[in-house]
Order: sequence, then C-alpha cells, then structure tokens
Amino acid sequence: MNTIENIKERFHELQSAGNGKLKAHEQNAFEAFNRLGIPTSKHEEWKYTRIGSVFNKEFQIKPGGGNITMKDIAAVRMAGYEDANELVFVNGIYNPDLSTVSSRELVVQPLQDASLNEYAGIVQKHLGHSSRYAKDGVHALNSSFVHEGVFIHIAPGQITEHPVYVYYITDAREANILSQPRNLVHISERAEVEIAETHHTLGVSESFTNHVLEVIVERDANVNYYKIQNDADHSNHVCTTHFRQTGKSNIHAVTISLTGGIVRNNMSITLEAEHAEAHLYGLYFLKGRTHVDNHTVVDHVKPNCMSNELYKGIIDGDATAVFNGKIFVQQDAQKTNAYQSNKNVLLSDGASVNTKPQLEIFADDVKCSHGCTVGRLDEEGLFYLRSRGISENTARSLLIHAFAIDILEHVKSAVLRDYVDKLIFERLEI
Amino acid sequence: MAGLSTTNFVKTAVNEIRKYRGEPALDSVQFLRMMKEKMALMNIDQALLSRSLNEGFSGGEKKRNEIFQMAMLQPKLAILDETDSGLDIDAIRIVANGVNKLRNKDNAVLVVTHYQRLLDYIVPDFVHVLYDGRIVKSGTKELALELEERGYDFIKNEVNAAQEA
Repeated sequence: MNTIENIKERFHELQSAGNGKLKAHEQNAFEAFNRLGIPTSKHEEWKYTRIGSVFNKEFQIKPGGGNITMKDIAAVRMAGYEDANELVFVNGIYNPDLSTVSSRELVVQPLQDASLNEYAGIVQKHLGHSSRYAKDGVHALNSSFVHEGVFIHIAPGQITEHPVYVYYITDAREANILSQPRNLVHISERAEVEIAETHHTLGVSESFTNHVLEVIVERDANVNYYKIQNDADHSNHVCTTHFRQTGKSNIHAVTISLTGGIVRNNMSITLEAEHAEAHLYGLYFLKGRTHVDNHTVVDHVKPNCMSNELYKGIIDGDATAVFNGKIFVQQDAQKTNAYQSNKNVLLSDGASVNTKPQLEIFADDVKCSHGCTVGRLDEEGLFYLRSRGISENTARSLLIHAFAIDILEHVKSAVLRDYVDKLIFERLEI
Repeated sequence: MAGLSTTNFVKTAVNEIRKYRGEPALDSVQFLRMMKEKMALMNIDQALLSRSLNEGFSGGEKKRNEIFQMAMLQPKLAILDETDSGLDIDAIRIVANGVNKLRNKDNAVLVVTHYQRLLDYIVPDFVHVLYDGRIVKSGTKELALELEERGYDFIKNEVNAAQEA
C-alpha cells in the first residue's frame, strides 16, 4: 500500500471508533484533503518544493510507535534541559511517560479532552486558524487527525526560568514512518514563555513529519519561540507554525535549519490587536542535497502593529533553499510598521535559492519595506583576512559566521545560544 | 566586515601564524593578556576592538586598527603605504608612536609617503626616492629634508640630465 492509502485506511478506522467533538472538524479536513490532494509544483506556494516526491515513497503510520527509552531522549536533548519542561512526542503522539512537566503554569492534555472541558471555548475558537494561510492538502491531512493532538495551556505568570522544550521523535528503525504531531498552544494574558522545538529521527529509514503548531497569544503575553532543525538527512518535514496575536503581545521567533531531506517551514502570524509586535528570524545553513523552504506570512489586521522579519541563508554543496515572505497590511491596519529582508550567500556552483518577497498593502498610512539579496562570500574580505595570515578555510568560516551572527544573536536564551553556536562551529570546523 | 569583531579576527590570525611557526596556540587568558599589553602600548581602547572589523570605521580608526594588528601579528616586514593620508595630527602621532615602539633589530618597516611630516615622528634609517617606477636616489633622513625644501623637481631634473648624458 502506498502512503496515501495507509492514511485513508487509518482515517476510516478512527472515524468509525468515533472521536467526540472534533469529529466534524476532522471530516471537513479530510474532505478538503480529498479535494485538494497533494500539492504539485503547479501550486504557486509549492512551486519549488516537490512534496509529491515524498508522498510517493511508502511511509507507515505507527502513532506512539516504537520502543523509545529515556536513553534515546538523552541523546537528542537540547542544552539547558535540566531546568526545562520537556514534552516528548513519539511518531507524532504525545508521550506523558517520557515527558516532564514541572511548571505549575503549564498544562498539557489531549486536544480531545480539552475540546470537552473548561478549555472547550478556546479550542472551538482557535483550532484550525492556521488553515487560513496554509490552504493545501498537506495541512488538511494533519487536520484530519486533530483529535490525536495536544492542547497546551500556559497560565498567566512567568515561566522563562523553565522553558518548554518539545521533542518530536520519529522511530524509523524498522520502516519509513509518517508522523503528524498537532498542537494548540494557548498563552494566557501576561504570560511569558520560551518554547524550543526540535525533531529527531531514529534509525536509518526515512521519516516524514507533517506538523501543525498553532499558538494563540493573548494580551500582554510574551513568547520566545525557537525551532532548531538538525535532523537526519533522511528526514522530511512540513512544519506549520502559526501565531495568532489576539492581544497586545510580543512574539520573538527564530527558526534555524541545518540539515534534513526536504524541509518546508510554514510560518504565519496574524496581528489582530493593536500594538502587537512580531519579530521573526531565520537562518538556514545547508549542505549536501538538503532542501529547505521557508514560507512566511505576516498578516497585519489591526492598526499600530509592528513586524520585523530577517531570514538569512548560507547554501553549500547541491543544497537548495526557498524563501517566500508575504506581508499583508489590511485596510484597517493604519500606522503599520512592517519590515522584511532575506539575504543569501551561495558557497558552491551547485547551490541555489529561489527567493520571493511580497507585500500586499491595502492601508495608506504605513511604513513597509522588503528586499532580498543573493551573493557570494565577499572576495575582498576574504583577501583581507588571508593577507593577515589566516588560511583560506578559516577565513571563509569567519566570514560565514559573521554573516550568520545577525540571526544567532537573536537567540536570547544563553544556553540555547551556546548550543546553536556549537552546532554552527561544528559545521564550520573552527 | 559586519559580524566579525577585531578581537576575534586578531585572535584567529595570531593563532594561525603561531601554528605556522610551530608554536602552541594561545588560550583566551594568554591572548587577552597580550592584547591588553599591546592596547596600552598603542593607546587603543577596548571599544574599538569590540566593534565589527572595519565597519563604519573612520580613516583614523582604520589606521589605528591596522597598527594594533601589526603589534599583535608582529610581522618581519611591514609596509605602511601612505599611512599618513587623511589623518589628523593626533592620529599621526598615535600611528607613529606605534611604529617606533614596534621597530627592533629583527623587523623592518617600509614607509611610503609624500610628506616630511610623518618623518618628523618616524625617523627613517634610509630614504629612497621613487620616480617612474624606479628608485632614482637613496640616502638618509637628510635626503627627505632636502626634498621637502627643494621639491621633487630637483630630482626629476637630475634624473633627466643623467639620461641625456
């Protein structure tokens, strides 16, 4: 059976078992999936990322699957985990036994339960909001199994001392595995939280993760979000991260992509209350045949908001990158400040990037800018460094690091900053 | 060079040169000690070294930075090509002081200039006059003073006369 048939079979099995309040949501999503199918390169948003090639391979679905031990977790932990709340997902399904929730302000429960208890109103209101920006079969596919996801609630209060680390582990030791984690995160008024996510594939078979994360940010809340992609070369990802800023709030997001097979990051932000602020940063540093596609949408709905976006790419070997950044400034959103920039350095003849900044402005009193660059390492700079006795390789590494530092310095957590620096230094061999 | 601090750059360069010479690399403590010592010698403050290398540097800052690099990297031969152009009097003094403190029997400094002014601070052992891509006259510091007084024409005339003869 191919992957699509595996998925369909599983959907019908689950539907006949019944899954409460979320059933209608799933049925709608599944219909949408059947209608939309897997996007081909004719789909404008998927022009340069042929996700069909991943679906064409056979992936099995083993939710919760495999025999994962704490030893496996230890191998993939991010620095600073001692103080962190750690949430572990295995083959897309939350595993409470492997997880540690130590902050009182942090509540983690199945979405299924949250759709029926005191959080039902929040789930009802926000679940699926990301589909506004990700209108394709891949997103619908994840939504077809939404009752298997989790609801994460952050109560008011500061838990920055204890960040939330989330690990998505795919056990591909026996077969190719498809996993579809789904989370709805609700960040209450005045809450302050740091969330860091990373994916890991165990074993040598291929993994395919189709992940949707929706984050609702209430008034005066403050979120630092980090995504560190350093998974195996035989791992494929479609990660949709959606922030809905319903109140005057602050988002600071950094996405760092270092390895993988085919990686697609959808990042969308809706600023739907006045004085909301969003900062997005991204670094992709690629080699081999890795393909990383960052699609971002920043949607200014209300006036007096600010967004700033900077993505930088370093592409080596036969790696390919895509950047597509869209900013909407809706008619209501006067006095918007929205900035976007994408800068790329190609290190080899085989490396390539397709970049497309887009602005759609319907208001008339705004400050917006966008731009992109593609270039090589600065030859004069290289010469300057070499003329001081620095070898060519080291000089290149220094220049690459200097290029990346604009993004790295936005990793505010000191332990994560060191952790990421180490990954970069390993890559640079300095 | 945005993103690369002078400190980081110089540390890398010092250690690569030491590696080439077969000397052990300096650790951070040793490096900082050496840097502090040279900074004091050159009258350079930390702020300049923490900034990105050559990014937004004024002419004077660029040259002070180069002199600092010279102190750290200790080259056998340093060529200072019109290092006095665009510098105010204080900056010239700083650059010249640096050169004077660094010169010793094991290294050489070649200073290229159009003016005597710099040579008031850096007193040369030898003076060579370049004309049409050749050294046409050599001497000591007195030659530079003579040039300052009589202008370059007298050399040109001498050279042309010699060619015609």
